[in-house]
Amino acid sequence: MTTTRFIDIDFSKIESDRMRLNVGPQHPSTHGVLRLEVELDGEVVTNVIPHIGYLHRCFEKISENMNYQQVIPYVDRMDYISSMNNELAYVMAVEKLMDIKVPEKVEYIRVIMSELNRIANHQIAVATFGLDAGAFTPFLYLFRDREYILWIFEKASGGRLLFNYFWVGGLANDVYPTFKEDVLNIVKQVRKTNKEIEDLLIYNKIFIDRTANVGVLPADVAINYGCSGPVLRGSGVQFDLRKNEPYSIYDRFDFEIPIGKGEVGTVGDCWDRNIVRMREMEQSCRIIELAIAQMPNEGDVQAAIPKKIRPPKGEIYFRAENPKGELGFYIISDGKDKPYRVKGRAPSFVNLSVLPEISRGYLFADLIVILGSIDIVLGEVDR
Amino acid sequence: MTIEEIYSVLKEKFGDSIGELVTNQPVDPYINVLPDKLFEICLELRDNPELDFDYLMCLSGVDFPETLQVVYHLYSMKKKHKIVLKVTVPKDNPKVPSVEKIWRSADWHEREAYDLFGIIFEGHHNLVRILLPYDWEGHPLRKDYKEPETYHGMRVPY
Amino acid sequence: METFNIFDRLLGENILSALVSVILPLVFLIIYALIAILGELKISAWIQERLGPMRTGPYGILQPLAEVIKLIQKEDIVPAGANRLLFNLAPFVIFAGSFAGFAVIPFTAAFVPAEINIGLFYVFAVGAFAVIGIVMGGWASNNKYSLLGAMRSASQMISYEIPGALVILSAAVLANSLDMQKISALQSGPFWNWFLFGGPGDWSKIWILPFTLLLSLIYMISSFAETNRTPFDIPEGESELVAGYHTEYSGMKFAMFFFAEYSNMFIVAAILTVIFLGGWNSPFGEFMNGFWWGLFWFILKAMFIVFIQIWLRWTLPRVRVDQLMYLGWKILLPFSLVCFIVISLYRIIY
Repeated sequence: MTTTRFIDIDFSKIESDRMRLNVGPQHPSTHGVLRLEVELDGEVVTNVIPHIGYLHRCFEKISENMNYQQVIPYVDRMDYISSMNNELAYVMAVEKLMDIKVPEKVEYIRVIMSELNRIANHQIAVATFGLDAGAFTPFLYLFRDREYILWIFEKASGGRLLFNYFWVGGLANDVYPTFKEDVLNIVKQVRKTNKEIEDLLIYNKIFIDRTANVGVLPADVAINYGCSGPVLRGSGVQFDLRKNEPYSIYDRFDFEIPIGKGEVGTVGDCWDRNIVRMREMEQSCRIIELAIAQMPNEGDVQAAIPKKIRPPKGEIYFRAENPKGELGFYIISDGKDKPYRVKGRAPSFVNLSVLPEISRGYLFADLIVILGSIDIVLGEVDR
Repeated sequence: MTIEEIYSVLKEKFGDSIGELVTNQPVDPYINVLPDKLFEICLELRDNPELDFDYLMCLSGVDFPETLQVVYHLYSMKKKHKIVLKVTVPKDNPKVPSVEKIWRSADWHEREAYDLFGIIFEGHHNLVRILLPYDWEGHPLRKDYKEPETYHGMRVPY
Repeated sequence: METFNIFDRLLGENILSALVSVILPLVFLIIYALIAILGELKISAWIQERLGPMRTGPYGILQPLAEVIKLIQKEDIVPAGANRLLFNLAPFVIFAGSFAGFAVIPFTAAFVPAEINIGLFYVFAVGAFAVIGIVMGGWASNNKYSLLGAMRSASQMISYEIPGALVILSAAVLANSLDMQKISALQSGPFWNWFLFGGPGDWSKIWILPFTLLLSLIYMISSFAETNRTPFDIPEGESELVAGYHTEYSGMKFAMFFFAEYSNMFIVAAILTVIFLGGWNSPFGEFMNGFWWGLFWFILKAMFIVFIQIWLRWTLPRVRVDQLMYLGWKILLPFSLVCFIVISLYRIIY
């Protein structure tokens, strides 16, 4: 047994007042493979350095060798929880570049699928947020409801999580006959469970103590950092791409945009971001009901799919409102059937960069809660 | 404001540093900008109350046969107008001033452009690789990129 | 009802009866732990709208046995750089602390392993062993997460012992005794003689009725904090610290931690039962009262409190560490002091 003599240790280099903790790539509550280097002074966080890139799959380089249709499965896998929304953004970008008009039925189905996926995504977000705070039960209730939504996706497209369903100019196949009744049943169930979750978790005193006044993000800082989605709306900024720059047929529906008002605490804290997600689920239910009522029953979903997808020379930046924020696709085409450059501007990538700013000065337990409230998925961050 | 008006405001202020306005292609007109006064131009874009571009939507790098290009997509929350800037630099000296201090979202975007293209942003406080491991060699998204044979003793091409 | 130790009668007052008196609670503890594991799995499943274990045995009854077998055959890993002696010793210290408390629990009028006249005080003193064990386990693991968990746990347990001790003090004042067997015997009769409702006495106890209810609530909260269960499970906060102070343990030693946690739950439930819920007395007065009925009532009441602990774990989110301190020092302590003063005044007057 060798012992180190105290005289041999150089104490001046040991920072005895700060501890460097590695919330490593494998951890129960980082949402994926993310490494956070946390500098702690006791329990207080003084600095956080995120290290990303563990899930980098070179989507942008690969898509330069695929034609436009073949890029769609890769786009799915960016934010693998809300794949329909990713596909919608990409497909609409290419359609705008080629100036294609899709049939009405396709538009309605796309909107319904996107909103269903938004509900599914927010269910995961709220469930894992509760798990980070220590509440185990809402996680199971919300995942059970999410199963119903995934069954609809499976019946319509064949996949539960990754679909390849929206194609440039239409859809892969039509929806099945009992689609409308299934979706309306889900809307009823989602509303019931949300009421239960509100009673159990959201207005629970312990939960409010954990999340109110924690991780406050002021509105101007959020805009400067480029945040979008519930992170931006939780800070009180009324900005939603479906209302401000309506794409697809969103301008035909009447819905509200929930923003954080600081009901229990300050505007822009974790509780606000969470309640924005809860309320968005309700608004999505509204949009789905309106869309089901207006959806035409006849129409060929593959009518407008072009034989060869060869956009003219040009470029476009198109952005859509994903559940996690603003997903942007910057596509440069040089007239061939493979894109010259596809850049995906992922919302989680930009939202994650705000983490060091808003977690300084809070406790270590708050860091986990703040990370949960930003709602990232590493597939998007690393692409 | 339309893009022609914004272009004329900028051209008045900065004259030669602003290149031409290209509008004759499908979708998205853009303004070419020379890299030398980029920081002042962007500061003007953000602080001028008529222009008021406070949101950097996207910052991407593009690889062309002889040059590298940085594309900025900007948006104004209050005025609701958009603008696209493009900065072109030669491949053997790819230096562009960093706008990280103006829009904090540019921080990680510039690191990604440096990582994947090799564009060096001057004035960035921490320009290290972000998506690839810190000691990787080469810039993958360039068209003439060849994968290294091994990395730390592991074979790279499968 | 007179109280005595049945084994003294049967086997004479010698070492044999002492040995039996020690082994019997241990056997009971093992059986209880198996039932409690199954209960936790099934109750948490029903709260979360799923079924729980269904395959091992009919309706999953043999699941605890499967868990025990699994833990026994696991590899025993000691991390490099860990202090071997303390690392190996820690789980046993914790278990010793909580098992030693069983010496004074009156299971029935006929059986208390050791009739000490300062029983209440003893159980409290011995329960503090667990803190030493936790800090030992956390530090000796050579792991930053374990250290953080151990420090948090030590501060949590120490701060919640104080309101608990004040409650015990109030109960001692009410009962005029610290002997657990005597406190149980005092609460004989129908259920309004329980200390929860003011203890044996006439209508004058209506003055302290709200205070005894409050006292039992305070004791319940502070004892849940002692057992490190949600909402106070910060030391093993799964989503923050992986597993806190028992991150590095595997196999039999981990099983020991588990066992100690369930044993702690029972001790706390048993103390609550004895002080507030009437111990081994039947709530219907003389009906269903007797030596063996006493055992039945005692275990039923203690299991009910254990059920409440399991129920709360799966319903409430976790409290943050500084809010935990706030709750213990600034809310529970003043309230328990006020209750103590009121109860002492009541005892002086009546």
